Amino acid sequence: MLPKEPGEKEVQELCAGHPQHPGELLALLLEIQEIYHYLPPTAMKEVARYLAVPESQVYAVATFYKALTLKPQGKKIIRICQGTACHLRGSSEVLETIKEVLGIAPGETTTDGCFTLETVNCLGACALAPVVMIGDETHGQMTPERIRKLLQEVST
Amino acid sequence: MKLMSREDLYIYREQLLAQRDPDSKTIWVCGGTGCRANGSLKVLAALRAEVQAQGLAGRVKLELKTSGCHGYCERGPIVIIAPRNVFYQRVRPEDAAAIIEETVFRDRLVRHLLYHDPATKTAIPNVAGIPFYRRQVRIALRNNGRIDPESCADYIAAGGYAGLARALFELTPAGVIEEIKRSGLRGRGGGGFPTGRKWEICRMAAGQVRYVIANGDEGDPGAFMDRSIMEGDPHSVIEGLAIGAYAVGATQGFIYVRAEYPLAVKHLERALEEARALGLLGENILASGFSFDLKISRGGGAFVCGESTALMASLEGRPGEPRAKYIHTTEKGLYNQPTVLNNVETWANVPEIIKRGWEWYTSLGTEQSRGTKVFSLVGKVKNTGLVEVPMGTTLREIIYDIGGGIKGGRQVKAVQTGGPSGGCIPAELLHLPVDFEQLAAAGSMMGSGGLIVMDERNCMVDLARYFLQFLADESCGKCLPCREGIPQLLRLLTDLALGRGQRGDLELVESLACGLQETALCALGKTAANPVLSTLRYFRAEYEEHLNGFCRAGVCRGLIDYYIDPVL
Repeated sequence: MLPKEPGEKEVQELCAGHPQHPGELLALLLEIQEIYHYLPPTAMKEVARYLAVPESQVYAVATFYKALTLKPQGKKIIRICQGTACHLRGSSEVLETIKEVLGIAPGETTTDGCFTLETVNCLGACALAPVVMIGDETHGQMTPERIRKLLQEVST
Repeated sequence: MKLMSREDLYIYREQLLAQRDPDSKTIWVCGGTGCRANGSLKVLAALRAEVQAQGLAGRVKLELKTSGCHGYCERGPIVIIAPRNVFYQRVRPEDAAAIIEETVFRDRLVRHLLYHDPATKTAIPNVAGIPFYRRQVRIALRNNGRIDPESCADYIAAGGYAGLARALFELTPAGVIEEIKRSGLRGRGGGGFPTGRKWEICRMAAGQVRYVIANGDEGDPGAFMDRSIMEGDPHSVIEGLAIGAYAVGATQGFIYVRAEYPLAVKHLERALEEARALGLLGENILASGFSFDLKISRGGGAFVCGESTALMASLEGRPGEPRAKYIHTTEKGLYNQPTVLNNVETWANVPEIIKRGWEWYTSLGTEQSRGTKVFSLVGKVKNTGLVEVPMGTTLREIIYDIGGGIKGGRQVKAVQTGGPSGGCIPAELLHLPVDFEQLAAAGSMMGSGGLIVMDERNCMVDLARYFLQFLADESCGKCLPCREGIPQLLRLLTDLALGRGQRGDLELVESLACGLQETALCALGKTAANPVLSTLRYFRAEYEEHLNGFCRAGVCRGLIDYYIDPVL
């Protein structure tokens, strides 16, 4: 699946929703990331022009924050929590299962463009450790068996 | 409707309370992230459908509402039925019919949904009787689970914005600072710096404008109290910020929220809109002449942005790299102007202190650490969730009386506090009263309040290695000690875990760790060695066992041999 390439006008419209202030940079890039599942180079250039910041600064911000990517992401992002509570309650086994089922490592996207696997440091649902987020939904108390079932459900 | 005076606020609150029907029942479904993950929204939908199907037909007056996090996430989804505060746990959509039929219509309890005391096996009918809640004193979490976080009216009815009104109409800015100083409130984000003094320095600093910021970049793995406060009681943070802004002379503030907390952003946005509409935020608040507004900024998923200078860099649209703090942010912070940055939990405490007065606050806690602290009690403990207790409560009380002890009847081995910047406290020190000084003396720190309980099946070397891995990933790379030192430490500990450790490694680890402490640029690097040093201090024998190729917890896979017993 090829990612959407935004037109110049689309990005301009997005920008127009923010004041022309450098402090808006991260917010704008997050918005673009949400819509296109990555930061297309054309969009980054347009943001630099709109906010009157150097392109190098946009690139620096885009590569510093984990929520922003230059590589296109899958339709659904699977985030597996690696926080302390999750670690102690067996998140590594859950991660191994996901890797095995989807055939991808963290940071990679399935060949059909459906899923991207990411590890995150804490999702803040520690009482339900281990936790996995699929898209916007949080799933707690995961085990290798439960994640297997869950992946089957979301794949169909 | 805009409230144009303190009296307006008072009258509005009276009206809200008068509208309440004492005969009406309310079903509160927990809408916190934990309960949502357990399916609470499906329970809510089922309850709605059930009410529709059965029809109230004048039999009872009923409201169905969602609340913020109750803290007892382990037992979610949680449903509470007011006014009797019947506490139902692990509710499934299939239970909706019984809840409406029995509890709402007939005032009878659905027994299988009640919490049963594990010791006595008796069912506990309401919130107040549950051991998990009985020992808690809730200030920062005062409204969590009791109000609809998307309703400013609920917050005001619960006494909200009375603190701001008192500050604006009874106290001078210096007077507000005096109250906070006397209350003894200290920063809940980890450092424990006296909040009042921070405000005073900012107020005195030279600058054209001043800013206040709520640090909601709760990055410590294992801690989620800030998330629950922002999600469950967003107005308490907003009111705290408004009071702080009045005290230091700021007109603009920011709430920096982690990228991973979408629900918190949603509830805060909604709260800001409502507060502005009511005249509690924006131009000329309550016609007092004081103006203040807030903006929500989302983080980009970088742990280091919880550090104050990194957070401010991020707000300015730059990568979140910290700077050396020869000059404090209270003097030159955001855009080089005097800035007060406090943690979400700290801000949430402020309105209550101003409303009730500093004397009340000093009645709680210890001499050096006043008030309460929210801990997220997680790991191998039975009752996981958020607990708020007076400072000075012992670890044993928190783990056993509130947490119900360890799962599977095992023994506590250690408690990790303070996240990646903190340390491990061994079981022998469970009598320790928890406050800023005691934890620091034991080689750990309060941190943001994560309390991660470990049993004998957790390996201390593995834990230290885990935190180093975490910090190696999150180091921003600006200063050399942190960028290079953490990976070196990680390599040494990985070798230990894989059985490749060599004589002299432990001494090397110690010297590297001390070097890191002394030379790193920001708190992330300076404290990065704490998990290693504290586990070495209390569990050195375990490290030495690893040198000899043995992991007593059976965690480090490189040290485990499998064989098939021919006899079996």
